[in-house]
Amino acid sequence: MTRHFLRHGWTAGLLAILALLFVFTKIIQPDFGTSGLDSLSRAMLPFAFATAAMAVVVIAGGIDLSVASMMAVAGVTAAVLMDGAGDGMTVVAVVIVLLVGLTMGAINGALIVVTRVPDIVVTLAMLYVWEGVALLILHAPGGSATPWLRELIVGPFIFPWLPRSLVFLAVCLVVVWVPLKRSKLGLSIYAIGSNDLAAYRSGVSVGRTRIAAYAVCGLFAAIGGLTLTMSTGNGEPIPGPYLMASVAAVVLGGVVLGGGKGALLGPIIAVIILRLVRMDLTLMSVDPNVTTIVEGTIMVVVVMFGGVLAYRGRHK
Amino acid sequence: MTDQQAQTPLLDAKGVSKRFGAVVALEDASLTISAGQIVALMGANGAGKSTFVKILTGALKPDTGHVRIRGTERRVGSPAEARRSGLVPVYQEPSLIPDLSIADNLRLGDTPVADFQHWVHELGIDGLHLDDMISALPLATLRILDLARALAVKPDVLLLDEMTAALPTDLVEKVLDTVRKQADAGQSVIYISHRFSEIAEICDRATVLRDGATVGDLPITPGVEEKVVELMLGAVLDKDPTRTSTAAHRPEGLPRVTVRNLAAGAKLQDVSLDLYRGEVLGVVALEGQGQDQLFDVLAGMVSPTAGTIALDGKTVSFNHPADAIAAGLSFVPGDRADGLLMERSVHENIALPQLARFAKWGAIGMKREAATVKKAIDRLQIDTRAQGEVQRLSGGNQQKVTIGRWIAAGVDTLLLFDPTRGIDVRTKRQIYLLVRELAQQGAAVLYYTSELAEVPAACDRAMVIFNGKVVDVIEAADADEQTLMRAAYGLTATAAVSA
Repeated sequence: MTRHFLRHGWTAGLLAILALLFVFTKIIQPDFGTSGLDSLSRAMLPFAFATAAMAVVVIAGGIDLSVASMMAVAGVTAAVLMDGAGDGMTVVAVVIVLLVGLTMGAINGALIVVTRVPDIVVTLAMLYVWEGVALLILHAPGGSATPWLRELIVGPFIFPWLPRSLVFLAVCLVVVWVPLKRSKLGLSIYAIGSNDLAAYRSGVSVGRTRIAAYAVCGLFAAIGGLTLTMSTGNGEPIPGPYLMASVAAVVLGGVVLGGGKGALLGPIIAVIILRLVRMDLTLMSVDPNVTTIVEGTIMVVVVMFGGVLAYRGRHK
Repeated sequence: MTDQQAQTPLLDAKGVSKRFGAVVALEDASLTISAGQIVALMGANGAGKSTFVKILTGALKPDTGHVRIRGTERRVGSPAEARRSGLVPVYQEPSLIPDLSIADNLRLGDTPVADFQHWVHELGIDGLHLDDMISALPLATLRILDLARALAVKPDVLLLDEMTAALPTDLVEKVLDTVRKQADAGQSVIYISHRFSEIAEICDRATVLRDGATVGDLPITPGVEEKVVELMLGAVLDKDPTRTSTAAHRPEGLPRVTVRNLAAGAKLQDVSLDLYRGEVLGVVALEGQGQDQLFDVLAGMVSPTAGTIALDGKTVSFNHPADAIAAGLSFVPGDRADGLLMERSVHENIALPQLARFAKWGAIGMKREAATVKKAIDRLQIDTRAQGEVQRLSGGNQQKVTIGRWIAAGVDTLLLFDPTRGIDVRTKRQIYLLVRELAQQGAAVLYYTSELAEVPAACDRAMVIFNGKVVDVIEAADADEQTLMRAAYGLTATAAVSA
C-alpha cells in the first residue's frame, strides 16, 4: 500500500491540491458552474498539449524550447488549409497539420542527434526558425477554422458538467500515449532518459529513439496549435506563452528534468492547477504581477515538498 | 634506515582505519617515509590502497589513527591542506581541466610557470605552448604535465599513482630517472605501480597492504617480488565449496566465440581466445591491461583496429550493441549503474533487452513479456516486488537483475565484467552457482574478475592478460591465487599463448 502510494503519490497529491482549489474557487466565486468549467477547460487546451509535448522529450532526457513556435506553425497551417475548405478537405487539413508537427519534431531531433549540438541550443535556434516559418505562412492573424471542427471543443459532452474540450484532450492523449507507452518505442524513450549508456548496451538505438521522442513532441505541439485555431477561429503566427508554462507544468507534474521518470497524467493535472490558480487570482482581482510571483512560489514549494517526501520514503 | 631518519620521519601514518557504512576499507594501515626515500605502496585489488591514498592526500578523513607530517599531526583533512603541508599527489587520471589552456590550468593551481617549464623540458616534452588547450593534447603528454606541475611546487613528498601506466617506454625511463634524481636530492616519493621492474629499479622499500592493514615493510632486494606476492595474498584460502566439479570442462566441437589477434585502442594489443559452449572462461588482469577494450569490442561498442571475431566459426562484425545482442552475445558491466535503469522497475529492466531480440517497433506482447519476467525473477530468486524501482534493491539483487535480464532474453553467451564487485559473500556464491548452472545448460561465459579467489570458484579455465596480450592460460584446478597473481604481474616467463 505504501509502495503503491509512493509510486502514484505525486499524482494523488496533485489531485488533492486540484480538489482543494476547486473548493476554494467555489467559495470565492459561488456562481462558478458549468460555463466557467467549460471556458477554463478550453483555455487550458493549448497549455495541456504544449505540456504533453514537453513531457515526452523531458522523459527522454531532453528539452524542446521550440514547442510554442511549432504550435504557431501548426496553427497557421491549419487556418490557411481550412480557409474556405469543405468538410472533406478539413479532414485532409488536419492530417497534414499532424504530419507537419511530426516532421518539425523529427527535424529538431535529427539535428540534435546528427550535429551533437546540445538539445537546448538546437531547439533554441529552432524556436526562431519555426517562428519565421509561421510568419511566412501567415504574416498576420487570418485564415479560418471549419465550424464542425470548432464545435468539437465547445459546450458540454453528455453530462452538463463535462466539457467537450476535456474529452477532446483525454481522447487525443489516450490515442497517442497509451499505445506508445506499451510499445518498444515507449520503453526505449524511458530507457534513454534514465540512462542512455545502459540503454545503448541493452541494444536500444539511442539516436533513433531520441528523434522519435522529438517527433512525438512535434505531434503533440501540432495538436496544440490546432486547438488554438479551433478555439479562436483563425491562425495566429506569433507564438503564445506556452514554452515556460509547459516546462513549469512538466516539473510540477512530477517529471524529473534529466529524464527517465514521470508520465503524462501528472503534468496535465499540473496544467489545470496552474490555470485555476491564475483564474482564482484574477477573480480576486490580484495584481497580475503578483500572480506570477504566486505561481513561481507554488512551483518551488511543491517540488521541494515532493523531494522531501521522496527522501523520507527512501530512508524509512 | 639510519637512526637519524627514524627519529623524524617526513610523513608518518599509523593505525589508520576507515569504514564506509558496514564495509571496513582500512583497518590498520601505516606508512612511514623519510627524506630522500622512495617507498612502493603495494596491494592487490580491494586491499584498501585507494582509500589509504585518499586519506594520505587529505581527500578523506580517517576514523582512527593519525597522519603526521614532520611530527605534527594533521587534523583537518583537505587536499589543499595536504598540498600546503608538502604532500602533492599525481593521480592515475589526468587532473587538468580539459577546456582550459595549460597556462590557465597553472594559474588555477598557483603553479610557478618557470619551474613548470623547466620540468616539462627535463621530462623530455618539447614544442608545447602555454596557450595550448588541454583537450587537444595526447594522454601521455597530460601525464607528464601533471608530473611537471607537481614537481614545480617543490613538494616534500610526491605521491605517484600508476604514473607510468599510459606512457611509452622512452618517457617511462625519463620519469624514472627524474624521480630517482629528485630522491637523491632529498625529496620523498610514494610510488604506486603494478610493475615490479620499475619498483625494483627505483624504490628503496615496499609497504604492502592486505585487507586494509599494512602487513609488511620490506627493503627492495633481488627476489623480493615473491615475498611481496605472498604478503599481498596472505594465507591461501581453501577452495571454494561452491565449486561443483573440480574436473575442468572438456570443450568439444566448434568454439562459440573465436577471437584471433584482436587489437583495439592503445591498450588491447593482441588477444586470441576460444570460448566454448558450456564453459566459463576466466579473464584475469590487473587494472588497465586491455580487458575493458576486449569486452567492449565483443559487445559491439568499439570497433577493433585489428583481428577477427567469429561466432560458431562464422566471422562477424558488430556496429552496435544491438548487433551483438541479436547474435546472442551480451555484455554485463561491473558497474551496475552503467547497465540498469535505476529509476525504472525490475519488470522494465528485464523487458528492455528482449526488445532488441524480439520486438520490432510495434507493441510488446504483454502476456509473453509478463511470463518471461516472472520466470526470470523466480529463477534468480530476486527478493522484490517486481514493481519497485531497481535503485531500491540491494546491490546483490541489482546484479542478479543485470545478469538475469539477458537470460530471460535468451542470450547464450555472456560477457561478465567483474560481476561480483562490491556485493556480499552470500550473493557472490549465488552468482557463482548461477554462472555454473548457465554454463552447464550450454551457455558460454567470459568472466573477468578482479578477485583472484573467484577463478577456481567460478571458472573452468583462466586466461591472463598483461599489457594487452595473453600471457598465460591456466586450468581452474591449477589456478590458485599465487599462480594467478604472479602471471597477472607478468612474472611468468611463458611467452604469449593462445587461449
